[in-house]
Amino acid sequence: MSAVLDTHGHADHGYHPGGIMRWITTTNHKDIGTLYLWFSFIMFMVGGVMALVIRLELFSPGLQWVDPDFFNQMTTMHGLIMVFGAIMPAFVGFANWLIPMMIGAPDMAFARMNNWSFWILPFAAALLVISFFTPGGAPGVGWTMYAPLTVQMGMGMDLTIFAVHLLGMSSIMGSINIITTILNLRAPGMGLMRMPLFCWTWLITAYLLVATMPVLAGAVTMTLTDRHFGTTFFNAAGGGDPVLYQHIFWFFGHPEVYIIALPAFGVVSQVIPAFARKPLFGYASMVSATAGIAILSFIVWAHHMYTVGMPVAGQLFFMYATALIAVPTGVKVFNWVATMWKGSLSFETPMLFAVGFLFLFTLGGFTGLVLSLAAVDIQLHDTYYVVAHFHYVMAIGAVFAGYAGVYFWLPKWTGRMYDEALGKWHFWLSVIFINITFFVQHFAGLAGMPRRIPDYPMMFEVWNKISSVGAFGFGISQLLFLYIIVSAIRSGEKAPDKPWEGADSLEWTHLPTPAPRHSFHTPPVLK
Amino acid sequence: MASSSARRTAAWALGILGAAFSGLALGLEWNLQPAVTRIAADIHDVHTYVMVLVSVIFAGVFGVMFYSVFAHRKDKGHQAAQWHENTTVEVLWTAIPLVILVVIAWPVTKVVVAQKDTSNPDLTIKVTGYQWKWGYDYIKGEGEGISFISALATPRDQIEGRAPKGEHYLLEVDHEMVVPVGKKVRVLTTAADVIHSWWIPAFGVKQDAMPGFIRDLHFRAEKAGVYRGQCVELCGKEHGFMPIVVRVVSQDEYSKWVGEHKKALAAAADDPARTWTLDELKRRGEQVYAANCVACHQASGKGTPPVFPALDGSPVVNGPRQAQIDIVLNGKPNTPMAAFGGQLNDVELAAVITFTRNNWGNRIGDQVLPAEVKALRK
Repeated sequence: MSAVLDTHGHADHGYHPGGIMRWITTTNHKDIGTLYLWFSFIMFMVGGVMALVIRLELFSPGLQWVDPDFFNQMTTMHGLIMVFGAIMPAFVGFANWLIPMMIGAPDMAFARMNNWSFWILPFAAALLVISFFTPGGAPGVGWTMYAPLTVQMGMGMDLTIFAVHLLGMSSIMGSINIITTILNLRAPGMGLMRMPLFCWTWLITAYLLVATMPVLAGAVTMTLTDRHFGTTFFNAAGGGDPVLYQHIFWFFGHPEVYIIALPAFGVVSQVIPAFARKPLFGYASMVSATAGIAILSFIVWAHHMYTVGMPVAGQLFFMYATALIAVPTGVKVFNWVATMWKGSLSFETPMLFAVGFLFLFTLGGFTGLVLSLAAVDIQLHDTYYVVAHFHYVMAIGAVFAGYAGVYFWLPKWTGRMYDEALGKWHFWLSVIFINITFFVQHFAGLAGMPRRIPDYPMMFEVWNKISSVGAFGFGISQLLFLYIIVSAIRSGEKAPDKPWEGADSLEWTHLPTPAPRHSFHTPPVLK
Repeated sequence: MASSSARRTAAWALGILGAAFSGLALGLEWNLQPAVTRIAADIHDVHTYVMVLVSVIFAGVFGVMFYSVFAHRKDKGHQAAQWHENTTVEVLWTAIPLVILVVIAWPVTKVVVAQKDTSNPDLTIKVTGYQWKWGYDYIKGEGEGISFISALATPRDQIEGRAPKGEHYLLEVDHEMVVPVGKKVRVLTTAADVIHSWWIPAFGVKQDAMPGFIRDLHFRAEKAGVYRGQCVELCGKEHGFMPIVVRVVSQDEYSKWVGEHKKALAAAADDPARTWTLDELKRRGEQVYAANCVACHQASGKGTPPVFPALDGSPVVNGPRQAQIDIVLNGKPNTPMAAFGGQLNDVELAAVITFTRNNWGNRIGDQVLPAEVKALRK
């Protein structure tokens, strides 16, 4: 252990490329965390513009702005870019920055692999973007890439498949790094059950990633060979079955939902106690609830497939298993509320976003419970109700947790404070516009509007108009976030070592602000 | 300052949201469509029951949270308690949700079982999803043998904004599926190309149509009327433009429809033995083109290359007849070009091929005869 620390000590005085080479060759967890976070924000903007193209076309019935083929490309790429390019890298960025500091380690366990797992991402993103310029354009199949529609696509589909492969490799390497770091590099005295909950949620998420990304890689590889090499995995004419693709995809796809949600839970579990000035309620039950959600997530996948025509026993099994997830998730929500109860609450921007997360994520959780009921889902499957549901848990849940985290740790990362008044503006604008965008989609879905359509019957017009107005408002509000962050980095007030009174993990209690380039040359002494 | 104006903005935006909700009072569609079958009614009841239940829980949990937000504030001088565990409470809030789930699951299970019981139907209809229309074959019960294709009837002019949109914009078809009221109808779904999904909200039925497989659903409509739905599984470019319309009629009207439909079909059937002139074939072909080809290849014949190639100037259309007939009959593998052999009769195929060979810049001047198509059918 000490040999490792010494090497780092030397490196600190050794090779220090400047400019762009600093970022390309960096093996420092903080630099890499920063790269992940900026990459994720750029992708968030790109995917956001695509969402606005969708909402622009849906503002009025009829075809006005884009043709249906391009519309399908937009929905596909919006989904893929937001899931794989924006949300997942954002939380890997948090993991990189925070896990070594939180457990008292000098850096991530595999520093060079860390560099590689980030630098794969821009190439994967480039493949996705290039696919728009190939003959036939990007694939218009939805982010779920269901067979056999995928077989009809142009070469943009192949680029997308390779992009998914690259993204998967990046995630697997990142996960191995996180698991190894947490299991091996904890400071003496930092027992597993003493770690901040954020580390626990990431440890479990990393296992989910290692288990499911290869499954997705298998599904898209079969799609590739069906397209080009005459296999018929998903073609009945050759003995295959299109439903097989869906089973494989969702065996990855459902844990993926928790891959996104669990780190968000972790961030919120750090932020809420800090602003309640009270320890997290039920730490041990939080850990077991996280593990429970992760385990259950492997046996519920076919609730995305209630309309493929499963037998009664299948419908019922997946319905019961899915509804069970409400129990550990409920435990988490109750614990967060109990953490706030009888605390000494203050509502700086990170706490506003955390409470916004708690309220709106739970709302999305309840519509999830409604959707889990196989009988009811027959009416709601593939409608805007589903779109509303998963945007409440992802676009609101994960993104709000991400914002809470950025505002919370920005002082630690940069040594400077953001503008609190502007931060509050950012929160209120976001929370209002995003609800205008997505709340009305519940009504459109209940009334019968299918998802992924570029044009719609007249009765859905009002909901779509409201939703489009909200979407543009939300999109523009995010530019305010960019401004707040850039001006904080450039000219923000100097942050004190511990700007948040109730924060109690190692990065706040044992390190100066901003955090030094190498966190712990010698392990911290823990009581 | 900033935060008080933020509050003003919030109030303003809430006002808009409030206006949106008052739209509900103006008769906006905001809930599940009125049920016409027992199962749809059961689904709606279960949905309402669960919504009430979760709304109460939601209000309870967040009532506690917001009380805390208002009462346990630092700026009100509230001191933080330091407890962070309570086994009794934690066991309770794990056990109670479990009980609630059982309470929810019981009525839902009964509906799921009923949804899947497709036994003993009075009428069986096979529905085939094509890119992008539906085929209906009455295969058992009264009307056996009736078979037709049902495509969007909304004119392109309305979709592209050159004409005002009608009342049933995007929810109207050229041939409606007709079923008798009060009879158990079993629908078999399948597809010819990619996955589609057949949905009538008022019946509470939705079933994916899988290429190469048969799945089924059933309904017993209790009220005559016209019920509309749409394809709900992304199936390519025109996914948003393949509606489903079911007309439920009394038993007498149904029998009359069956009789008339069979007679009309016989009368309208193109006589393959008839001699067609080039102009007649072209005119017939133009109709077939408008109903089947125009969405991809466009009225201009220019298509949207490279996915949907141009026919105007195309080497296939201007080349040997046999090769073109083969593509139209059997489709082109791994592309959205469907096999029209199963959807169109020989005369329609001959007519539409003749039309494409003698329209726009294409001036072959020859004509494809129905007999030629017939000879090339495999």
